[in-house]
Amino acid sequence: MAEYSALSLLKNAFSGNRGWKPAWRKASPKPAYDVIVVGGGGHGLATAYYLAAEHGIRKVAVLEKGWLGSGNIGRNTTIVRSNYLLPESIRFYDHSVRLWENLSHELNYNVMFSQRGVLNLAHSPAQADDYIRRGNAMRHEGGDGVWLSPAQIARYAPGVDISPSARFPVVGGLLQPRAGTARHDAVAWGYARAADRLGVDIIENCEVTGFLRDGDQIAGVSTSRGDIRGKKVAVAVAGSTGRVMKLAGIENLPIESHVLQAFVSESIKPFVDCVVTFGAGHLYMSQSDKGGLVFGGSLDLYNSYAQRGNLPLVEEVMSEMTAMFPAVARLRLLRSWGGVMDMSMDGSPIITKGPLPGMYLNCGWCYGGFKATPASGYSFAWTIAKDEPHPINAPFTLSRFERGVIIDEKGQGPTPKLH
Amino acid sequence: MLISCPHCGPRDLAEFTYQGDAARTRPDPASTDTAAWHAYVYERPNPAGLHREYWQHSGGCRSHLLVVRDTVSHEIVSAEFARKAREKTG
Ligand SMILES: Cc1cc2nc3c(=O)[nH]c(=O)nc-3n(C[C@H](O)[C@H](O)[C@H](O)COP(=O)(O)OP(=O)(O)OC[C@H]3O[C@@H](n4cnc5c(N)ncnc54)[C@H](O)[C@@H]3O)c2cc1C
Ligand SMILES: [Zn+2]
Repeated sequence: MAEYSALSLLKNAFSGNRGWKPAWRKASPKPAYDVIVVGGGGHGLATAYYLAAEHGIRKVAVLEKGWLGSGNIGRNTTIVRSNYLLPESIRFYDHSVRLWENLSHELNYNVMFSQRGVLNLAHSPAQADDYIRRGNAMRHEGGDGVWLSPAQIARYAPGVDISPSARFPVVGGLLQPRAGTARHDAVAWGYARAADRLGVDIIENCEVTGFLRDGDQIAGVSTSRGDIRGKKVAVAVAGSTGRVMKLAGIENLPIESHVLQAFVSESIKPFVDCVVTFGAGHLYMSQSDKGGLVFGGSLDLYNSYAQRGNLPLVEEVMSEMTAMFPAVARLRLLRSWGGVMDMSMDGSPIITKGPLPGMYLNCGWCYGGFKATPASGYSFAWTIAKDEPHPINAPFTLSRFERGVIIDEKGQGPTPKLH
Repeated sequence: MLISCPHCGPRDLAEFTYQGDAARTRPDPASTDTAAWHAYVYERPNPAGLHREYWQHSGGCRSHLLVVRDTVSHEIVSAEFARKAREKTG
């Protein structure tokens, strides 16, 4: 198994990097498991890890239709934060931030979690009031919301255009100092390696094509590599939720799949050392360790299962970028890509037992499932192991829509593209 | 994506506003059937493939259109005036 140290780096540097060992076994499916996790994204892998590490359930398989990291875990803009308004959200995402803070140690794998701060720019007095209210809600729950004046913003993030002549003048900003970014691929690889070492089988190129049943009970899955029986089957397939749940006969869910694009520029010298979001539109940006500016904006705003978007959105994101940071106008774009997002009807996730006996469901991550990876895996594993939710995911049921207890941060209503 | 507006002809995506799934039917406003309201407000078939959906040509003639589009390839199969489509299917 792969071990990383200064010494192994040096050794491999001198031997043409041919001596590296795989970080996890190439497991083949066994006939049966205690728990089958469908989907080898961040959430599926974290779930398998916590099942083994926290609950001693080690007969676990993670089934991934492609290769690890081919879904949104490898496509996101890596922002981790818990700057929410509603107590349910703050508690869940703050639990996640606390897990992030110790994740590299826990997994013995450097996930490069960098608490560089997330700064939300406000551009009108009304928006300032709204952000300050959110900051106060965070502080109320023991979180770290800090209000910055334009002068403080100029010191904190020098590239931001705070001049009164800006197209959307900046009136202040809400900063969460403990928020930041992490290395997305490393999160998948770190959870995969740690789960593998506890005995979890990670099975790539294994697409789930149907569900096995004993009467009403879900009793396993059929896959491109044969049938596999499982006492419990946990679905964590993010943007593919609609497709996979249809295989189990669930035709309707409070979810729509949409495409979100992201962009990275050519590398430049250190320019901005925190995450900045633009409040007059929808834009979030940070600089990677390699020097590229990593940024994204809105969804393409129509249902899509294509992992690519269209040009109007590209144009919009670029115009917001140059409004916020005029200095980047002449930078070249290196790459852009898209991922399929499981947009829920209230903008909040679903982590629950059911909806069929023997099944467990994790979905509805919208724009923000990367930051949730540790808490999602932790609470989903808890729910699977104990057949009841952990306090942090108890509000995130599927039945909340029927009962009218939705968790809608911005009060947008049941229009997924707006969350 | 180009959408062929029956009034204006093929126009760029940027001129249109997406208004979501057209398969839903609103229960009678007087209905107190909460299951039917729940289905109408919150549940979506979310297909990977052909999707009947509403768009408005908001940057053009402002007509509401019923578009059939493939959510995997983004291919647009048809676009017609929403009201006419409605009259056809009843
Ligand atoms: C462009 C973009 C930017 C984003 N930026 C951020 C951000 O800055 N911060 C943040 O918190 N979140 C962000 N997100 C959201 C975040 O990436 C997702 O919410 C999160 O990664 C979803 O969970 P996951 O990692 O488990 O998903 P995925 O990695 O998509 O995992 C799901 C897996 O299921 C597999 N699968 C599907 N069908 C089957 C099947 N039938 N059988 C077996 N396996 C199957 C897929 O191949 C996939 O690997 C962003 C997303 C995108 C697309
Ligand atoms: Zn028109």
